Amino acid sequence: MSTLPSAPVPLQAAVATSVPAAPLASITARHSVLVRVTHWVITLSFFALVVSGAEIVVSHPRFYWGETGNVLTDPWFKLPIPSSRNLVPTGYGYVLPDQNGWSRSLHFQTAWILVLTGLLYVVSGVVTAHFRKDLVPRKSDFSWRSVTSVVAHHLRFEPPTEAEALSYNVVQRLTYLFVIFILFPLVIWTGLAMSPAFDSAIPATVTLLGGRQSARTLHFLVSMALVAFLFVHVFLVWRAGFISRMRAMITGQTGTRKERT
Amino acid sequence: MTDISRRKLIVTGLAATAGVSAVGVAAHLAQKYGLVPPDHGGVYGPGETLTYASMRLLTKHSLAREFPRSQISKRPLANEIAPPSEEFKRFQAAKFVDWRLTVDGMVGRPTTFSVDQLKSYPSRSQITEVVCEEGWSYIAEWNGVPLSHILNLVGANPQAKYVFYFSIEPDWWESMDMADALHPQTFITYGMNGDELPVGYGGPLRMRLPRQLGYKSVKFLNRLIVTDDVKKFGKGLGSVSPEGGYAWYAGI
Repeated sequence: MSTLPSAPVPLQAAVATSVPAAPLASITARHSVLVRVTHWVITLSFFALVVSGAEIVVSHPRFYWGETGNVLTDPWFKLPIPSSRNLVPTGYGYVLPDQNGWSRSLHFQTAWILVLTGLLYVVSGVVTAHFRKDLVPRKSDFSWRSVTSVVAHHLRFEPPTEAEALSYNVVQRLTYLFVIFILFPLVIWTGLAMSPAFDSAIPATVTLLGGRQSARTLHFLVSMALVAFLFVHVFLVWRAGFISRMRAMITGQTGTRKERT
Repeated sequence: MTDISRRKLIVTGLAATAGVSAVGVAAHLAQKYGLVPPDHGGVYGPGETLTYASMRLLTKHSLAREFPRSQISKRPLANEIAPPSEEFKRFQAAKFVDWRLTVDGMVGRPTTFSVDQLKSYPSRSQITEVVCEEGWSYIAEWNGVPLSHILNLVGANPQAKYVFYFSIEPDWWESMDMADALHPQTFITYGMNGDELPVGYGGPLRMRLPRQLGYKSVKFLNRLIVTDDVKKFGKGLGSVSPEGGYAWYAGI
């Protein structure tokens, strides 16, 4: 093989040799400061929420549908894991230590951070037209050929094209929009629906979901969907060039195009 | 130092001062309007305070959801409790005729009530859901006397801020603010689903706050203290729950 092993080129060199023909405002700008800061705050919050949420689930790893449910009623499904409560028949013959105190406090405090940071991100995304320009699919994205080419490209596990280093393809755009405007609002809504006080103020929060246990089950399932997104997201970042994509999300600059020459 | 950096320095300084003052003013107002929970310190204090303050502003007068009789759980769950003490067993053997609820603290007429006396007051019922912090739940009809009725009877001082309430079992006590204490659904319950309140569910007397998680509904109730000072009780965190790592305010 005559190809040299790929090595990242110094940023200035990459910038100098990679002037694109497309009318981009700036070559190097990839992610704004606000996008980068909120991305990492939300990343850390999400980890804390997943860990503490898992600890809370361990105290009752059974899920029901409807308003009520307990160990005397049939679950819709249960997780095959031990529990931190003697009350739950898991078949394991031992009980894990109770971690719910700090887990719950961490979960709710982090939820505040995530919700406030998320609001800042969404409001600024609307104000700066970040969503309209960078995430709402372009008209041309909806042509059959455009969609199939992106999907085929992904299925063949090909490295991203040059344009994709500076912008998002249609599948990325739709996925990010789904995560930002469907999954996150759903996980917040189903979480709030488990608060008896919040439900007393706005009962529709829980009744629209079909009851408290449905809300809890949906909260779990939507969280799992978010975790699945995280895995795919990190895998694709790794595929696209982990160092350059991380650099883009940390420093805001990208210098990726010459990485593979 | 250039003009730009001097201007930046002044602007940053002013912004920081304004920010600190705003937090100070907010903290003062929050304290004044009772928006700071007793367990506001520590790593999770900011989260607990934000949650409590928001819920107090949002839910001061809201009612917990009530359900039709048809939704009463056929399989409620009593949950596990520590084995009852010898003292409790003696009361139980005598069918709780000697059980007393003592109410004192910031009240005009400190009073001791028997279960029958409590039953002689206007009885109220609610069909509400018991929600455990672990995630499970059930719906039952609860019969009892509103706590507000008892507080009126004993002449609770309007300056009071909290009602502390105690189980006969050791290390089992909680407190609630006056918004919850005077709330129409906060009951001293003595009946469940039309019968006596079973011991497993907290009989002969159980506090019931349907807008908060189950652990605030203390079983085997025998003492109430009306107060304006949380420091007098335990570690001063409002209840035994924060001492074990759980939030004092459990409306979430």
